[in-house]
Amino acid sequence: MSSTTTVTPTKMWNGGKSPFNVEYGKLMMWYFLMSDAFTFGAFLISYGTIRFSSNGWPDPNEVFKSFPFAPEGMNAPLVFVSVMTFILIISSVTMVLAVHAGHNMDKKGVVKYMIMTIIGGAMFLGCQAWEWNHLHHEGAWWGSNPFLNHDGTASSTNFTNYFFTITGFHGFHVFSGVIINIIMLIMTLTDKFEQRGHYLMIEKAGLYWHFVDLVWVFVFTCFYLI
Amino acid sequence: MEHTHTEKHEGGGTKEIWKVTLILTVLTIVELALGFWMMGMPLDSSLRLAVKGAIVILMMVKAFYIVAYFMHLKHEIKNLIMTIVVPLALFVWFIIAFLYDGNSFKNLRNTYDPHYKEQSTIKVEKKEEHKSEEHHSEEHAKPTEEKH
Repeated sequence: MSSTTTVTPTKMWNGGKSPFNVEYGKLMMWYFLMSDAFTFGAFLISYGTIRFSSNGWPDPNEVFKSFPFAPEGMNAPLVFVSVMTFILIISSVTMVLAVHAGHNMDKKGVVKYMIMTIIGGAMFLGCQAWEWNHLHHEGAWWGSNPFLNHDGTASSTNFTNYFFTITGFHGFHVFSGVIINIIMLIMTLTDKFEQRGHYLMIEKAGLYWHFVDLVWVFVFTCFYLI
Repeated sequence: MEHTHTEKHEGGGTKEIWKVTLILTVLTIVELALGFWMMGMPLDSSLRLAVKGAIVILMMVKAFYIVAYFMHLKHEIKNLIMTIVVPLALFVWFIIAFLYDGNSFKNLRNTYDPHYKEQSTIKVEKKEEHKSEEHHSEEHAKPTEEKH
């Protein structure tokens, strides 16, 4: 009995079968995302190491407390970043719906949901641009930290350096994701996928877009919440 | 390319998408609620640390739902799941080793470098925090010497 259970998996690699049961491009997208995960992981772990080695750190609720068009000196910690988080989650959902529509060869659905995803990505980028601009006006930038530590002691520039590097790298991923999604939308509108008979490219773009959302889950937690 | 048409797509229906959306939304709201709750706690309380731990666990759950359902990994075959998840398991060692190292560096410096320890306990007068001087600090964003 045990021989039958051990033979079946080895046959998977004997040829004539697709051991991963996905097309080449999708597998390579997964491997690319894995390497990207290590890049982001290295950034975030480096941030964690420095934070663990510091005696004090700025309070995120003190630093990120403003909101666009809010009256001067308003104290609204976590509010703006929650909006950004929900924008990205919703755009991730519309991306899944686009992939789903692609499975059903529903061109209209793909176009509709891709447009919604692109709008979500652009909104997120707009929010980030506003936040960077706001922090820059407060005197925060690479190499300059106007904020004090939580306990009122002087803070090092590690905080702003890591914040701008990591959110900048993530924002760059969002930007390239939006560009990829726009290319996918154009290809859909020009019937490229109808001619191919499948919408697998939308799935690959979708994987990338979900990864961007996934990274934001970690960035959001590490910088804004804890 | 013929095998792509035999690709199985169990699950992944619209019903599942909305279910996962709801779960992600609820988890985010819980995270935010914990974040707001944490604000009033003293800096070195163990409850604060516990809440941070809870937020990290919720973050991992969110990551699982995104990868498993939105990125569809749960519905792929086992070979593919393993080729992705097993290398990522290196992160366990990666995180523990580096955070332990950072903490150890802090303790060593505080023990053997009294000057460093003293520097990090000096409170800065709250001249920067007042809004009345904001436009002033805006103009001189660059030269504010905060580096220590």
